[in-house]
Amino acid sequence: MADGSPVAADPPSRVRRRRSGMRRLLQRRSTVGVLFCLPMIVLIGGLVLYPACYALYLAMLNRRMTQFVGLGNFAFLLQRQTFRLVIFQSCLFAVSAVLLKAFFGFILAHLMSNIPSGRQRIWRGLLLVPWVIPLALSTLGWWWLFDPSYSAFNYVLQDLGFAPIPWLGVAWPARLCMITVNVWFGTSFFMIMYLAALKSVPEQLYEAASIDGAGTFQKMFYITVPMIRNIISVTVLYSLIVTFSNFDIVRILTNGGPEDKTHVFATYAFQVGIQSGDIPLGASVSLFMFPLLAVFAYFVLRNVTRRGKEMAL
Amino acid sequence: MVSKVTRRRALKIGAAASALPLVHIRTAGAAGKVSIVFYDAWVPAGNIALKKQVDAFAEKNKVEVQADFLSTANNQIVITENAEAQAKAGHDAYSFATWEAPSHLDDLEPMDDVMARLAPKIGQPNATAAYLAKKDGHWMAVPTSSGAQVKGPCGRISILRDAAGLDVTKMFPASPSSPGLDTWNWDTFLKAAEACAKVGKPFGIGLGTTGDSSDSAGCLFASFGAELVNAKGDLTVRTDAVRQALEYAQRLVKFLPSNAVSYDDASNNRVLISGQSALIFNPPSAWAVAVHDNPPVGADCWHFPPPAGPKGRFVPIAAYFWGVWKFAKNKSAAKDLIEYLSQREQSEERCNATMGYDMPPWPSMMDFKVWETEGPPQGTLYNYPIRPWHKDVPLVSGSPAPPSIGVEIYNRGTMPTMMAKLLSGQSINDVMAWAENELEGFKR
Repeated sequence: MADGSPVAADPPSRVRRRRSGMRRLLQRRSTVGVLFCLPMIVLIGGLVLYPACYALYLAMLNRRMTQFVGLGNFAFLLQRQTFRLVIFQSCLFAVSAVLLKAFFGFILAHLMSNIPSGRQRIWRGLLLVPWVIPLALSTLGWWWLFDPSYSAFNYVLQDLGFAPIPWLGVAWPARLCMITVNVWFGTSFFMIMYLAALKSVPEQLYEAASIDGAGTFQKMFYITVPMIRNIISVTVLYSLIVTFSNFDIVRILTNGGPEDKTHVFATYAFQVGIQSGDIPLGASVSLFMFPLLAVFAYFVLRNVTRRGKEMAL
Repeated sequence: MVSKVTRRRALKIGAAASALPLVHIRTAGAAGKVSIVFYDAWVPAGNIALKKQVDAFAEKNKVEVQADFLSTANNQIVITENAEAQAKAGHDAYSFATWEAPSHLDDLEPMDDVMARLAPKIGQPNATAAYLAKKDGHWMAVPTSSGAQVKGPCGRISILRDAAGLDVTKMFPASPSSPGLDTWNWDTFLKAAEACAKVGKPFGIGLGTTGDSSDSAGCLFASFGAELVNAKGDLTVRTDAVRQALEYAQRLVKFLPSNAVSYDDASNNRVLISGQSALIFNPPSAWAVAVHDNPPVGADCWHFPPPAGPKGRFVPIAAYFWGVWKFAKNKSAAKDLIEYLSQREQSEERCNATMGYDMPPWPSMMDFKVWETEGPPQGTLYNYPIRPWHKDVPLVSGSPAPPSIGVEIYNRGTMPTMMAKLLSGQSINDVMAWAENELEGFKR
């Protein structure tokens, strides 16, 4: 020590006690668990939590980022006609796409579960293709089909004697095109989740129902749906969040046009924040749905947990 | 063998080592390192020419230069630029597109010294450069030819002649005179648009929220004196000039392609190259591709100035700037590099490499030979640059609004969207009301 006083050495018994305490801590399952999760916690903290908090901070600044304006940006956005249109379009896009994906995914999963396991693998692989291809690439393929000048669909229509349709040039057809591409892309995910869930439903339940004279729809509504309800909820929740934040499809197909009638939160945030240099307003647009989705997620996950406990009893 | 280091020898080595930094050894990176982002040229030879110039500068000045070429596709260059501005870290110097420079003026190092040294050699840049890159009278970025372009009309000689009776090669020959200039106005343009639409070759002018659409619409509005927001930042939508521009646009949109509202920045190129359109507003990139992919169409293209309106002839331009970040580690070397690359000799070399695409923002450089010699047909680019006898004014679509509003007018496609609304059947009053509401939001 600098003052020259002797260092008081720890008595051997205390050192031993401290070492054994450390060993006990390391031997605890919870400690080991935390240590194993640490890299992921650091990753999520650095790549998700920090950017999210930073975006929240940005959303509360003025345009020049020199002044704190609280929730002023959100209030401002709600007064804008174009942004109200963006809210409508985002909700229409996300809700209708998720419902359609859930519907088609459910049907496909049932069809798939009735195919013998040998051939099922091929069909499963084929149906997963849309989900496996990078979305930006497959959307480019769709864009060629809808292309304003050389649409492949219009080529066929004209060949059959029909008038060409401006797929991406009129609001409603353009919105339908966006939803179609999203449904085409995401249905495979629902199918695979539901298929896994269907396999976990005990076969005896169906046999018992058959003996009691239950029909196909009765089995579906009274056995299948209740048994896979948790998977349905979690899948819908996950897909809703992902679909709300979709960027690629709109950016590639319409870039928000015509007349801003296909913008969703992500594309509008990009246009306002990055392209037009108003980063705080862009951050506000991208965070707009966060509270609503957080509340929705809370209730869905609470119900899932509750049902999980009920089933365990 | 055991070597013995004596105390005397250790002292000698120590003295020699401490004196070493005093000896100046000129190595490749002796004057330090500088990093810069360039726009990834649409004409690949442009990158090669620029890289060669950078290497020559590095060799001459013994500076290690890291030159990165970032694509404008998917806004890669814009995204990286914003990330660097937020992080206050990254390259020393950066290339800023038209509206990006004004967005970052507070983050940039003043370049008055570079501009002062360049002025005696190449003069002053055009007025749009000052509008975009000056802050409180100080130059914050240096206008460059690299990536800059003029977006005037590029028309099909045969279709315009046969369908509309306009011989653009005689109206705008490859010589210092333009006999057709006086009759080349928006009324003539409208008649030609109608005639070409009738023969199934409509003018490929987009009405989407894209740069090309904003530029074409801006050119039309400006020539009627229609400003949506004036230089003071006041809304000027409800003026006679805007109404006149919209009345004209209402007639014009009927003759544009039915899918004009869903055009992206490549759609106009495609319709010209495929031979479906008689005229587009674009730099020579569409023609250059046509020469390669569809030679008969390429050999039938001619570039000329836009039509004039009651308030003059305005030619849309896309500018580029080189700026040095405030957080740059080697500001002096970055400034030296920019100064070197801005010289006439270097600008001409790059312009030649890009087949005349790169458009210097310096009026003193409007006499490069490349625009006379490029073809086919030879002379097609002669009227691509802003020639003094064209009497046209370079225009940044969205100006003269304060840049913070102008950037939104441009990137949000306010003017083409107004025209798209007219096409969808909305009344002029409704369109003006919509624009007023939209612009009110840009003023925050």
